[in-house]
Amino acid sequence: MALVEIENLSVEFPTQGGIMRAVDGVSLTLEEGEVLGVVGESGSGKSVTMLALMGLIPFPGRVRADKLAFNGRDLLTISDKDRRKLTGKDVAMIFQEPTTSLNPSFTIGFQLTETLRLHEGMDRKAAERRAVELLGQVGIPSPESRLSAYPHQLSGGMNQRVMIAMAIACNPKLLIADEPTTALDVTIQAQILDLLISLQKERNMGLVMITHNMGVVADTAQRVMVMYAGQIMEERSAADLFASPQHPYTAALLAALPERSEGGRLATIPGVVPGLYDRPKGCLFSPRCAYATEHSRSVRPDLRAWAGGHIRCHYPLGDPNRNAEIQHDHPVGTEAAS
Amino acid sequence: MLRFILTRVSLIIPTFLGITLLAFFLIRLVPGDPIETLAGERGIDPARLEELRKVYGFDQPILVQYGIYLSRVLQGDLGKSMITQEPVLSEFAALFPATIELATCAIIFALLLGLPAGIIAAIKRNSIFDHGVMGISLAGYSMPIFWWGLILILLFSVQFDLTPVSGRLDVLYYIEPITGFLLIDTLLSDEPEAFWSAVEHLILPTIVLGTVPLAVIARMTRSAMLEVLGEDYIRTAKAKGLSRFRIVALHALRNALIPVVTVIGLQIGVLFTGAILTETIFSWPGVGKWLIDAIFRRDYPVLQGGALLLGVVVMSVNLLVDLAYGLINPRIRHTR
Repeated sequence: MALVEIENLSVEFPTQGGIMRAVDGVSLTLEEGEVLGVVGESGSGKSVTMLALMGLIPFPGRVRADKLAFNGRDLLTISDKDRRKLTGKDVAMIFQEPTTSLNPSFTIGFQLTETLRLHEGMDRKAAERRAVELLGQVGIPSPESRLSAYPHQLSGGMNQRVMIAMAIACNPKLLIADEPTTALDVTIQAQILDLLISLQKERNMGLVMITHNMGVVADTAQRVMVMYAGQIMEERSAADLFASPQHPYTAALLAALPERSEGGRLATIPGVVPGLYDRPKGCLFSPRCAYATEHSRSVRPDLRAWAGGHIRCHYPLGDPNRNAEIQHDHPVGTEAAS
Repeated sequence: MLRFILTRVSLIIPTFLGITLLAFFLIRLVPGDPIETLAGERGIDPARLEELRKVYGFDQPILVQYGIYLSRVLQGDLGKSMITQEPVLSEFAALFPATIELATCAIIFALLLGLPAGIIAAIKRNSIFDHGVMGISLAGYSMPIFWWGLILILLFSVQFDLTPVSGRLDVLYYIEPITGFLLIDTLLSDEPEAFWSAVEHLILPTIVLGTVPLAVIARMTRSAMLEVLGEDYIRTAKAKGLSRFRIVALHALRNALIPVVTVIGLQIGVLFTGAILTETIFSWPGVGKWLIDAIFRRDYPVLQGGALLLGVVVMSVNLLVDLAYGLINPRIRHTR
């Protein structure tokens, strides 16, 4: 049994201009102890997918799915009370902005022991001892004295360590890290990533690393899911994906990495992510795709099994018949036309 | 912290001077001579008038009068009432507990209703309850106090005969003043049923005086709460699996209270202004009614002294509120 099973998940937000579909038909399974990287541009639905799993979609957002299960428990029909027993204990999440994610009016100690007392039923003394232990584990110097500190007295990196300590307090089976290093200094970023990976190995917990940094994913994840405009574009093992990307979007993302550039100008992806009103009829990436055809602009591809993973593309890069198919379907993209 | 208190206390000096200036000159702009008012409709012999003017020092140039007044105030002498010939300070001290009792009840009333109403309105945003609370509080805020007081008296005292029309206590009882607060003194006395009489007399004035602060607190709590509920740390609290009640009542409220406490501090000044009207409507023997009477009688020393003393009280309460602010907002506590 997989730790996380998501089938055809959609999250919609009604807005004044109509319904905004933030997540569109996402399916995903995650095994125990697996590290999954979720990448995509801002607004690609990567955070919202995980918030839906956590049950944290704010009102008036709507979550729909054929299946949404954690550790065998159906999250679509679970009661609020049972859900609260799960969140913070078996599934925990850390967020992008550590400083605003901690409550400014309470001490680190209070916020850390609160979780322990709630889920583990510890008394104050025991919870404080455990809190000191946890703060030590996440690499906070002189943890005893930090219990009485307020978030504004610590640096962003320290606060993120506190958030991590809070998240792993009850030995979760799954930790979701939502851009855990984006708001931090580059030197601190590496430390926090190392910490997350070592904790993951130590405890064999599932880890979902949401990021828009391909480098982070390459270093940490076993499997990578690339999202675009609320849909999964490609989902494969990290090694395969980086060695031979199958989706033109993935390939374009990788080409835009400074590490991979071969001198000269950095490659970019022209255009912007489709908004609420200009969602294309066909493939969502087709307006920006160099290999778009009239067919791909009018017919939306399904997510299908491909090269040891899944892909949502009519013309995967590794397909030997690709050029013939593109020519047959009337190419309109810049590359395909030439 | 000490530095903060010293800065704040030193700010009291110019405010204090400003109040003496305003109180002294404004009342003198009002037509009507205090001694002629004192004499009443019979009039007064011009020679006697001159003599009395000399006694009170009204024959001196006005700036000299102000100088004399200020130097006396600095020596702690606020003068005597021209009507009763009692020292202003002792009259104030005798009447002030009645005002404090009323103001305290009003602010407690405003908090007990305003905080929960604001919180629930924020949680149930755009519900009927939210719109109802906001509509009613806007009406309460806009309503003239004297009109509201009279309507309540007409309805509850005259029409339904539920509450007394005026005063602090039924005439059947005599309570020896110990603290000056009737709610306490009646309990200490050997007539405990007088306590209920005191409560009955407090109900309408409390509602009237508490209405504006109630409206302000409810609206402020709602908007502060709405802002806080959208913060990242509320999402963190949810991600911890905390109950909805704990998230709202602890994690959100603690932060939402910060601006609310500021507003409560500002409302203290408004409260004393309101007390003047409320006490007049309900013949409440407090400082407010005393000041109104002093205006009608052109009792200069009472007006000047009363305004000054109330000013000191408002400034002190505001200082206390600022200090309390540090208690609920750790970010301020540590930076000052």
